[in-house]
Amino acid sequence: MKVVIMGCSRVGAQLAAMMDAEGHKVTVMDIDPFSFKKLPPAFNGTALVGNGLDEESLKKAEIGEADVFVAVTQGDNRNVMACQIAKHIYNVPKVVCRIYDPIREEMYRNLGLRTVSPTKLVAKLLRDQIEG
Amino acid sequence: MYIVIVGGGQVGYHLSKMLLNDGHEVLILEQDTARCDLLCEELGSVVVRGDGCEAATLESVGTARADMLVAVTDEDARNLVACQVARHRFNVRRTIARITNPNNEKIFKILGVDVTVCSTKLILAHIEQELPSHPIITLLKLKSGTLEVIEAKIPPDSKLIGKKLRAFSLPKGSAVLLIIGKEKGPQIPTPDTIIAAEDEVVAITEAENEEAIRAMLTGR
Repeated sequence: MKVVIMGCSRVGAQLAAMMDAEGHKVTVMDIDPFSFKKLPPAFNGTALVGNGLDEESLKKAEIGEADVFVAVTQGDNRNVMACQIAKHIYNVPKVVCRIYDPIREEMYRNLGLRTVSPTKLVAKLLRDQIEG
Repeated sequence: MYIVIVGGGQVGYHLSKMLLNDGHEVLILEQDTARCDLLCEELGSVVVRGDGCEAATLESVGTARADMLVAVTDEDARNLVACQVARHRFNVRRTIARITNPNNEKIFKILGVDVTVCSTKLILAHIEQELPSHPIITLLKLKSGTLEVIEAKIPPDSKLIGKKLRAFSLPKGSAVLLIIGKEKGPQIPTPDTIIAAEDEVVAITEAENEEAIRAMLTGR
């Protein structure tokens, strides 16, 4: 699978390393080249400086050939917009979006994005630890 | 009308002032505390501090009864999400977004934002008109962008100068609406109107023919 990941945060870097180790073709994008230091030395994929909302960077990431697009920057709005560009303009078959705000997460899920809201998940995990 | 404005920067401020003067009910959502205080001082209590992309904030200001939401922050992604939340969660009938990157017009349209205003494009169009190589400016888009009203200045070296309007072969679906002569002023064109240097020609055309009409009117 060709996977394009927008945002080389801790989560982005971890995901990129994981997918790469599983043998997928991974491109990870971030506006800050310093963020690529989080990628492991064994990372075989492509690290690309660029903004996932920008046509030029998306083309450099060969988004047209991507099977999956994942947006995990710190900004919900940026993630949502990038995913919708990937889905509606570049027809990427599967787009996955991190959205911190649970209300927005529900709305965009209803609009056809695959969404993950860490806020809810982490709160639940913490509660389980407290009560367990 | 009740209009929710997301973003209290320069655009948000002047827009609100204009709408308040026109007698509309206006509410501005702005995240910066100092900016909120300033807006409150200038405009009265029409400002709420909050994130206009957040459903909870939009709900608290009664977005469900808003006739329109206008998102004018300086970030395209933020403006998009504010419009989408307004539309999909609160059924706001009309959403307008400011965008800075002209490439984003397409995605905003696909995602159902009713109107986009691209400040970069407007500024470029105005500067372009002053450049000798780009004598055309788009004044207005009609029928959701399929028709354009354009203005062209006839350059001093145009082959069209001294010719009658009937000699023009305009692209299909285009028409010359008005000619503003340097000395004669505005005139309604007839087939016998003669083109002079530096005439400003206002025409309507299908968007796809803009290049053809540009080439024709500059007449090089």
